[in-house]
Amino acid sequence: MNFDNYMKIKFSSKSQNESFARVVVASFVSQLDPTIEELADIKTAVSEAVTNAIIHGYENSSEEVVIECKIIGNTIIIVIEDSGNGIKDIELARQPLYTSKPELERSGMGFTVMETFMDEVYIESEEGKGTKIQMTKKIKVVQNGE
Amino acid sequence: MRLKFEVMDNILVVYLDGELDHHSAEEVREDIDNNIDSRNIRNLIFELSNMNFMDSSGIGVVIGRYKKIDKSGGKVGVVNSNPHVDRIFQMAGIYKIIHKYKTKDEALANIQRGE
Repeated sequence: MNFDNYMKIKFSSKSQNESFARVVVASFVSQLDPTIEELADIKTAVSEAVTNAIIHGYENSSEEVVIECKIIGNTIIIVIEDSGNGIKDIELARQPLYTSKPELERSGMGFTVMETFMDEVYIESEEGKGTKIQMTKKIKVVQNGE
Repeated sequence: MRLKFEVMDNILVVYLDGELDHHSAEEVREDIDNNIDSRNIRNLIFELSNMNFMDSSGIGVVIGRYKKIDKSGGKVGVVNSNPHVDRIFQMAGIYKIIHKYKTKDEALANIQRGE
Protein backbone atom coordinates (compact mmCIF):
# COMPACT_ATOMS: atom_id res chain seq x y z
CA MET A 1 0.00 0.00 0.00
CA ASN A 2 1.29 3.46 -0.80
CA PHE A 3 1.54 5.93 2.03
CA ASP A 4 2.56 9.54 2.42
CA ASN A 5 4.53 9.16 5.60
CA TYR A 6 5.61 6.34 7.90
CA MET A 7 7.28 5.67 11.23
CA LYS A 8 8.04 2.68 13.40
CA ILE A 9 9.15 2.47 17.02
CA LYS A 10 10.01 -0.42 19.28
CA PHE A 11 10.23 -0.17 23.07
CA SER A 12 10.29 -2.27 26.26
CA SER A 13 6.91 -3.33 27.57
CA LYS A 14 7.30 -1.20 30.71
CA SER A 15 4.42 0.86 32.02
CA GLN A 16 6.66 3.97 32.02
CA ASN A 17 6.54 3.75 28.22
CA GLU A 18 2.74 4.17 28.02
CA SER A 19 3.08 7.94 28.10
CA PHE A 20 6.14 7.83 25.81
CA ALA A 21 4.15 5.83 23.21
CA ARG A 22 1.12 8.12 23.14
CA VAL A 23 3.24 11.26 22.98
CA VAL A 24 5.31 9.92 20.06
CA VAL A 25 2.20 8.95 18.09
CA ALA A 26 0.57 12.31 18.89
CA SER A 27 3.66 14.18 17.61
CA PHE A 28 3.63 12.16 14.40
CA VAL A 29 -0.10 12.79 13.85
CA SER A 30 0.27 16.52 14.49
CA GLN A 31 1.41 17.05 10.86
CA LEU A 32 -2.25 16.47 9.89
CA ASP A 33 -3.34 19.43 12.05
CA PRO A 34 -5.74 17.51 14.25
CA THR A 35 -7.96 19.32 16.74
CA ILE A 36 -7.14 19.03 20.44
CA GLU A 37 -10.06 16.62 20.72
CA GLU A 38 -8.86 14.39 17.87
CA LEU A 39 -5.39 14.33 19.40
CA ALA A 40 -6.80 13.38 22.81
CA ASP A 41 -8.84 10.58 21.16
CA ILE A 42 -5.73 9.16 19.49
CA LYS A 43 -3.56 9.43 22.61
CA THR A 44 -6.20 7.64 24.65
CA ALA A 45 -6.66 4.82 22.11
CA VAL A 46 -2.87 4.31 21.89
CA SER A 47 -2.63 4.27 25.67
CA GLU A 48 -5.30 1.55 25.87
CA ALA A 49 -3.64 -0.67 23.26
CA VAL A 50 -0.15 -0.30 24.74
CA THR A 51 -1.47 -0.96 28.25
CA ASN A 52 -3.16 -4.14 26.99
CA ALA A 53 0.11 -5.30 25.42
CA ILE A 54 1.96 -4.73 28.70
CA ILE A 55 -0.60 -6.17 31.13
CA HIS A 56 -2.25 -8.90 29.07
CA GLY A 57 0.19 -9.62 26.24
CA TYR A 58 3.30 -9.88 28.35
CA GLU A 59 1.80 -10.00 31.85
CA ASN A 60 4.40 -7.44 32.91
CA SER A 61 7.46 -9.41 31.79
CA SER A 62 9.79 -7.12 29.89
CA GLU A 63 9.64 -7.66 26.16
CA GLU A 64 9.01 -5.52 23.11
CA VAL A 65 6.04 -3.55 21.85
CA VAL A 66 6.12 -2.29 18.26
CA ILE A 67 4.14 0.67 16.94
CA GLU A 68 3.88 1.53 13.26
CA CYS A 69 2.10 4.61 11.96
CA LYS A 70 1.18 5.40 8.39
CA ILE A 71 -0.35 8.51 6.96
CA ILE A 72 -2.43 8.18 3.81
CA GLY A 73 -4.04 11.45 2.80
CA ASN A 74 -5.78 12.64 5.95
CA THR A 75 -6.00 9.24 7.56
CA ILE A 76 -3.71 7.92 10.26
CA ILE A 77 -3.25 4.17 10.55
CA ILE A 78 -1.75 2.98 13.83
CA VAL A 79 -0.62 -0.61 14.34
CA ILE A 80 0.32 -1.75 17.85
CA GLU A 81 1.81 -5.20 18.10
CA ASP A 82 3.10 -7.52 20.82
CA SER A 83 4.45 -11.08 20.63
CA GLY A 84 2.86 -12.11 23.91
CA ASN A 85 0.07 -14.38 25.10
CA GLY A 86 -2.55 -13.52 22.52
CA ILE A 87 -6.27 -13.21 23.17
CA LYS A 88 -8.27 -16.42 23.64
CA ASP A 89 -11.68 -15.00 22.76
CA ILE A 90 -11.59 -11.70 20.86
CA GLU A 91 -15.38 -11.20 20.91
CA LEU A 92 -15.39 -11.56 24.70
CA ALA A 93 -12.41 -9.20 25.08
CA ARG A 94 -14.29 -6.55 23.07
CA GLN A 95 -17.30 -6.61 25.42
CA PRO A 96 -17.61 -3.46 27.53
CA LEU A 97 -16.73 -4.11 31.20
CA TYR A 98 -15.17 -7.52 30.46
CA THR A 99 -11.76 -7.92 32.04
CA SER A 100 -9.66 -11.06 32.32
CA LYS A 101 -7.96 -9.52 35.37
CA PRO A 102 -10.66 -8.22 37.74
CA GLU A 103 -8.18 -8.39 40.63
CA LEU A 104 -6.24 -5.47 39.08
CA GLU A 105 -9.14 -3.02 39.38
CA ARG A 106 -9.21 -2.69 35.60
CA SER A 107 -12.46 -1.40 34.15
CA GLY A 108 -12.67 -3.63 31.09
CA MET A 109 -13.30 -0.59 28.91
CA GLY A 110 -10.07 -0.62 26.87
CA PHE A 111 -11.48 -1.88 23.57
CA THR A 112 -14.67 0.16 24.03
CA VAL A 113 -12.53 3.29 24.37
CA MET A 114 -10.49 2.39 21.26
CA GLU A 115 -13.66 1.71 19.24
CA THR A 116 -15.34 4.92 20.42
CA PHE A 117 -12.38 7.22 19.78
CA MET A 118 -11.12 5.75 16.49
CA ASP A 119 -12.99 5.18 13.19
CA GLU A 120 -11.98 1.54 12.82
CA VAL A 121 -10.32 -1.03 15.08
CA TYR A 122 -9.15 -4.43 13.82
CA ILE A 123 -7.84 -7.07 16.18
CA GLU A 124 -5.68 -9.99 15.05
CA SER A 125 -4.56 -12.37 17.73
CA GLU A 126 -3.31 -15.89 18.15
CA GLU A 127 -2.78 -17.62 21.48
CA GLY A 128 0.90 -17.95 22.28
CA LYS A 129 1.89 -15.79 19.28
CA GLY A 130 0.73 -12.29 20.07
CA THR A 131 -1.74 -9.55 19.27
CA LYS A 132 -1.90 -6.91 16.59
CA ILE A 133 -4.30 -3.99 16.87
CA GLN A 134 -4.83 -1.77 13.84
CA MET A 135 -6.70 1.48 14.34
CA THR A 136 -7.52 4.17 11.80
CA LYS A 137 -8.86 7.66 12.11
CA LYS A 138 -9.55 10.28 9.49
CA ILE A 139 -8.52 13.76 10.58
CA LYS A 140 -11.09 16.31 9.47
CA VAL A 141 -9.82 19.05 7.20
CA VAL A 142 -10.69 22.51 8.44
CA GLN A 143 -11.58 24.80 5.56
CA ASN A 144 -10.13 28.31 5.53
CA GLY A 145 -12.50 30.87 6.96
CA GLU A 146 -14.28 28.42 9.23
CA MET B 1 1.12 12.53 38.38
CA ARG B 2 1.12 14.81 41.42
CA LEU B 3 -1.41 14.35 44.17
CA LYS B 4 -2.47 17.02 46.63
CA PHE B 5 -4.79 16.36 49.53
CA GLU B 6 -7.06 18.62 51.56
CA VAL B 7 -9.23 17.50 54.44
CA MET B 8 -12.37 19.31 55.59
CA ASP B 9 -14.23 17.60 58.43
CA ASN B 10 -14.45 14.04 57.14
CA ILE B 11 -14.21 14.99 53.47
CA LEU B 12 -11.02 14.29 51.54
CA VAL B 13 -10.39 16.44 48.47
CA VAL B 14 -7.80 14.92 46.15
CA TYR B 15 -6.28 17.04 43.37
CA LEU B 16 -5.07 14.83 40.51
CA ASP B 17 -2.52 16.91 38.59
CA GLY B 18 -0.97 15.31 35.50
CA GLU B 19 -1.68 12.11 33.62
CA LEU B 20 -3.70 9.18 34.94
CA ASP B 21 -2.88 5.96 33.10
CA HIS B 22 -2.09 2.36 34.08
CA HIS B 23 1.44 3.40 35.08
CA SER B 24 0.36 6.11 37.52
CA ALA B 25 -2.86 4.39 38.68
CA GLU B 26 -1.29 2.10 41.25
CA GLU B 27 0.43 4.88 43.15
CA VAL B 28 -2.67 7.07 42.97
CA ARG B 29 -4.81 4.26 44.34
CA GLU B 30 -2.44 3.56 47.24
CA ASP B 31 -1.99 7.22 48.16
CA ILE B 32 -5.72 7.90 48.23
CA ASP B 33 -6.50 4.73 50.19
CA ASN B 34 -3.80 5.53 52.76
CA ASN B 35 -5.27 8.99 53.23
CA ILE B 36 -8.82 7.61 53.58
CA ASP B 37 -7.70 5.06 56.15
CA SER B 38 -5.38 7.21 58.25
CA ARG B 39 -7.43 10.43 58.39
CA ASN B 40 -10.86 9.13 59.33
CA ILE B 41 -12.36 10.00 55.95
CA ARG B 42 -15.99 9.36 55.07
CA ASN B 43 -16.47 11.29 51.79
CA LEU B 44 -14.23 11.89 48.79
CA ILE B 45 -14.01 14.60 46.12
CA PHE B 46 -11.85 14.22 42.99
CA GLU B 47 -10.65 17.67 41.81
CA LEU B 48 -9.62 17.29 38.16
CA SER B 49 -8.86 20.83 36.87
CA ASN B 50 -5.23 19.95 36.23
CA MET B 51 -5.60 16.41 35.01
CA ASN B 52 -4.50 16.67 31.40
CA PHE B 53 -4.77 13.02 30.37
CA MET B 54 -6.80 10.03 31.45
CA ASP B 55 -7.46 6.64 29.86
CA SER B 56 -9.71 3.82 31.06
CA SER B 57 -7.36 3.18 34.00
CA GLY B 58 -9.03 6.22 35.57
CA ILE B 59 -12.40 4.43 35.54
CA GLY B 60 -10.94 1.63 37.65
CA VAL B 61 -9.40 4.10 40.11
CA VAL B 62 -12.64 6.04 40.56
CA ILE B 63 -14.93 3.00 40.82
CA GLY B 64 -12.51 1.30 43.24
CA ARG B 65 -12.54 4.34 45.57
CA TYR B 66 -16.33 4.60 45.22
CA LYS B 67 -16.72 1.00 46.44
CA LYS B 68 -14.51 1.73 49.44
CA ILE B 69 -16.31 4.96 50.41
CA ASP B 70 -19.77 3.53 49.70
CA LYS B 71 -19.16 0.66 52.14
CA SER B 72 -19.18 3.10 55.03
CA GLY B 73 -22.10 5.08 53.60
CA GLY B 74 -20.05 8.04 52.30
CA LYS B 75 -20.35 10.03 49.07
CA VAL B 76 -17.94 10.55 46.16
CA GLY B 77 -17.94 13.63 43.92
CA VAL B 78 -16.06 14.82 40.84
CA VAL B 79 -15.19 18.47 40.19
CA ASN B 80 -13.88 20.24 37.07
CA SER B 81 -13.55 17.27 34.74
CA ASN B 82 -12.71 18.31 31.17
CA PRO B 83 -14.88 17.18 28.19
CA HIS B 84 -12.51 14.33 27.31
CA VAL B 85 -12.58 12.90 30.84
CA ASP B 86 -16.38 13.35 30.86
CA ARG B 87 -16.73 11.25 27.73
CA ILE B 88 -14.73 8.41 29.26
CA PHE B 89 -16.67 8.58 32.55
CA GLN B 90 -19.99 8.67 30.68
CA MET B 91 -18.98 5.70 28.55
CA ALA B 92 -18.53 3.69 31.76
CA GLY B 93 -21.69 5.04 33.43
CA ILE B 94 -19.69 6.66 36.27
CA TYR B 95 -22.08 9.59 36.64
CA LYS B 96 -24.87 7.17 37.54
CA ILE B 97 -23.13 6.50 40.85
CA ILE B 98 -20.91 9.55 41.36
CA HIS B 99 -22.16 13.10 41.33
CA LYS B 100 -20.48 15.72 39.17
CA TYR B 101 -20.22 19.25 40.58
CA LYS B 102 -19.24 22.53 38.94
CA THR B 103 -17.07 23.77 41.80
CA LYS B 104 -15.34 22.39 44.85
CA ASP B 105 -17.49 24.60 47.12
CA GLU B 106 -20.67 23.24 45.58
CA ALA B 107 -19.39 19.69 46.10
CA LEU B 108 -18.40 20.39 49.72
CA ALA B 109 -21.73 22.06 50.52
CA ASN B 110 -23.77 19.21 49.01
CA ILE B 111 -21.77 16.49 50.65
CA GLN B 112 -21.83 18.27 54.04
CA ARG B 113 -25.63 18.47 53.78
CA GLY B 114 -25.59 14.74 53.09
CA GLU B 115 -26.95 14.95 49.55
